[in-house]
Amino acid sequence: MGSKKNLLLIVIAIVVFCLPLIIESSYYMSIFIVIGLYAIVAEGLGLLMGYAGQVSFGQAAFYGLGAYAAAILATRCQWPPLLCVCIAPLLPSMVAFIIGRPILRLREHYLVLATLGFGIFVYVLFKDLGTLTGGPSGLTGIPYLNIGSLTLVTDQQYFYLVWGALGLTLFGMANLTRSPIGRVFKAIHTSERAAEAVGIDTASLKLQAFVLSAFLAGLAGALYAFWVTFISPSPFGFTSSVEFALMVVVGGLGTLWGPVLGAALIVGLTEFLRWAVPVALPNAGGEFEIIFFGIIFVLIMLFRPKGLLAIEKSSVAMSHPTTLRSTDA
Amino acid sequence: MLKRSLLVLLCLMLILAIVGCGKAKTTSEPPAGETKEAYKIGAVVDISGSAASLGEPERNTLQMLVDELNAEGGIDGHPVKLIILDNKSNETEAVLAAKRLIDQDKVLAVIGCSQSSTSLAMVDTVTKSQVPMVSMAASAKIVTTPEGKQQPWVFKTAQSDIVVANKIAKYLVGQGIKDVAFLSMNNAFGDSGLKNFEEAAAANGVNILLKEKFEATDNDMTAQLTKVKASKAKATVVWAIPPSASIVTKNFRSLNINMPLIHTHGIGNQKFIDIAEGAADGVIAPMGKLVVAEQLPESDTQKPVLLSYINDYQEKYGSRPSTFGGHGYDAFELTVKAIEQAGPDRAKIRDALEQITGFPGVSGVFNLSAEDHNGLGEDSMVFVEIKDGKWHLLAN
Amino acid sequence: MLGSESQYVQYLFSGLTLGSIYALIALALVVTFNITGIFNLAIGEFVTIGALAAVTLRDVGCPNVLAYILAVIVAGLVGTLMERATINPARKASVLTLIIITIGVSIALRGAALLIWGTHPHTLPAFVHAAPLNFLGAVLIPQSLFVLGLAVVAVGLLFTFFDFTFTGKAVRAAMMNRTAAQLVGINPARLSLFAFTFSGVIAALSGIFITPITTATYDMGFMLGLKGFVAAILGGVTNATGAIIGGVLLGVIEAFAAGTLPSGLKDAIAMIVMIVVLLTRPTGILGER
Repeated sequence: MGSKKNLLLIVIAIVVFCLPLIIESSYYMSIFIVIGLYAIVAEGLGLLMGYAGQVSFGQAAFYGLGAYAAAILATRCQWPPLLCVCIAPLLPSMVAFIIGRPILRLREHYLVLATLGFGIFVYVLFKDLGTLTGGPSGLTGIPYLNIGSLTLVTDQQYFYLVWGALGLTLFGMANLTRSPIGRVFKAIHTSERAAEAVGIDTASLKLQAFVLSAFLAGLAGALYAFWVTFISPSPFGFTSSVEFALMVVVGGLGTLWGPVLGAALIVGLTEFLRWAVPVALPNAGGEFEIIFFGIIFVLIMLFRPKGLLAIEKSSVAMSHPTTLRSTDA
Repeated sequence: MLKRSLLVLLCLMLILAIVGCGKAKTTSEPPAGETKEAYKIGAVVDISGSAASLGEPERNTLQMLVDELNAEGGIDGHPVKLIILDNKSNETEAVLAAKRLIDQDKVLAVIGCSQSSTSLAMVDTVTKSQVPMVSMAASAKIVTTPEGKQQPWVFKTAQSDIVVANKIAKYLVGQGIKDVAFLSMNNAFGDSGLKNFEEAAAANGVNILLKEKFEATDNDMTAQLTKVKASKAKATVVWAIPPSASIVTKNFRSLNINMPLIHTHGIGNQKFIDIAEGAADGVIAPMGKLVVAEQLPESDTQKPVLLSYINDYQEKYGSRPSTFGGHGYDAFELTVKAIEQAGPDRAKIRDALEQITGFPGVSGVFNLSAEDHNGLGEDSMVFVEIKDGKWHLLAN
Repeated sequence: MLGSESQYVQYLFSGLTLGSIYALIALALVVTFNITGIFNLAIGEFVTIGALAAVTLRDVGCPNVLAYILAVIVAGLVGTLMERATINPARKASVLTLIIITIGVSIALRGAALLIWGTHPHTLPAFVHAAPLNFLGAVLIPQSLFVLGLAVVAVGLLFTFFDFTFTGKAVRAAMMNRTAAQLVGINPARLSLFAFTFSGVIAALSGIFITPITTATYDMGFMLGLKGFVAAILGGVTNATGAIIGGVLLGVIEAFAAGTLPSGLKDAIAMIVMIVVLLTRPTGILGER
């Protein structure tokens, strides 16, 4: 099994590597870039939700903190962009570290609410700290990213950067979840109390997962800022937080590839509908795309309630979801 | 494990297949016209999401205009294919939509977006691909580079907020009002208004005693207005679009605040008056001439344009167009005019856009140049007052 | 000029009005949650459908009251349909999956509302045309009284229903202990259906009562639903009284924050207060451990 799996991974890596060579269109490259960015966020959130069992509806705040930190360092402090990308994720990580301890004591929907509230709070700050963030009008003039003398102007170049980052993320995740810590995370997901009973310091492990998820979201945010070269608060609001959670769940909780697939599905479905709806219904407006998106989404969840990549049977963690279950306790 | 990896691989293949199909489709598509090849124009509009109330009339207007143009034979016999995409008021999707139009559909020019933020997000894309873009949004930043020059590939048809702000400040001075309260929506539209009004107020010696904000989705602005009522302000300026602009107006009246209420072009729609149910009476606002087209003097060069636009729109959609629809009208007409002169060449279209002068549109008479990619002055706006549920043109 | 006491009274009025709406939505969410174990995040769309259906029915010539009643029925039916089409078939799935499904439904419903009603705001006439009331220098519009009244009546009826009818007792039993209720023969599928229909009705009523004040747009429900969700959990999710307290509290905090601090920070203040409440009382204001 091991060698076959490795072979597949190599094939996937080669396919990904070749994509920019085959595809000239900056549009399709951009779709892959967006998928890559969202997948990085979703991987982090997947660790938090799928393994540590903590649902967050505020992940877009970390995504935004990374984007704003990078953009502000690059425009107002004139730091070299690559350095900004490396430093920026530290801000969301620090914020997560500070708020993590108190917030992660909350359970189930109280945690969901607290993360949601945190997300809205940060969103308001983006809008209201106008001198720093540019306010609701946004921040313009973000330079292109350059590595040494190479400036990443084309989407093909940026694709390698984003998917390279995603590859590293996946590699790290794969090792983490297979390590003893990964098994402990699964134990927390299955039953936090049981894990505590056998002497696991669940609080500090949950905090680590939270900080790591914030770091990854921040990294994706920083990469986003240098790609669009303009940011405003709106991509970092509540709707985006929900979308990230959707990606994780639709892909399959507690799986390595689930979040990637979820991100690909959500971005791909939107773009597919943008193309397919006018073909199928020539006079339909954008409204139909939204309706179809909602319906297709519901159908996926109805037919694959555990997400597209979830393991069919076995795995105690999946067959007895404890997240958000409350009243019987 | 194996199964799941296979699935991922299959999905990748599927995406590639779709990519392939998409490519095949665009290359094999026959020209739409019988005689001459179709000219393609793209539009990215905020049809759904938070800015939908701007995007919807723009979409309707664009659709109507392209149908009319093609019925009249298109541009020099070339039918025009207008591809309108929705960005869901989302910047990331605006970028993707713009790239699709440019790379897949090979459009000659891009119209859009409805908001400043979504427009700004597309600027880099069109500049890199060297495609002319005509935005329908207000912020002057859209057409300005960080160095203060005009963005070479970007134009816009809505009046810049500074024009509106100056107009209001001068009006206040004319009325002898020195102290005002300023309420704005807490989004890009209101924020740009706030910044520009601060500038205009300072230049004209008007003091802003109170700056309050409300969210576009808020249902009640009584708290903010209570502060206004308790202040020494002599007039209130509100920078917002419906529905929040309507709610502010209703709250303002029910709190019995006794001072002039000044809105902006954001309310330029009969719906605003209908929704406010009488509360709108007495509201004063600087505005494009669309709402008072019938009252304009015959000498106004915009008058025929406005009347025919209102007439056509009313016939097709059963309601009067809004000022935002007007921005869409101008964007389309300017683009078409440029293509007429330049032919199907993106760079030449850009050059042609920059040379359009004396062009009467809905939002004003456009005088574009290398130094001004908006081309509208303060004369593009008039002051109107709402009386008995109707717009009335105020003499300057 | 306005004295500071009058200002505070004014904030209170404004907070109570909006708070009542949050409370009603929170109430519907709490009832649904306790019966089915999930939060119906499509509830905001029920508010929209109720309000806009009433607008349309009036436009086609229905008398006001009939239009309102029909609109409430329409929204109730949408709730019923949603439960049968999406929640019931997935009842064995995890709670998280079900919540995600309600999000999917809300996306589709919002798209449908945009298609049917467009982006323009619509409005309904105030229930009575009377001058605003003056109270300690603050102003109270008559429609606000109706909204407050709706909240009081709805809560009253709900408690009567829980205490004096068989179905009500069954619901209460299911709210206390779902498993035990099933054991004594209470049909959870029927109750789930009831919960979603009830949500539709309450949400539609809220929408119709508030529209004369706030106007109605296709996306009005999104924020209201979110605030209702916040109120429900803030109050403690396990009981109806908590939902009412959470809703009113949220409304009042918002109004005072907007009135006494820079108003752009209003939502941030409300969220900080909420997080502080949660940290000091990790299961909400009236929550039990």
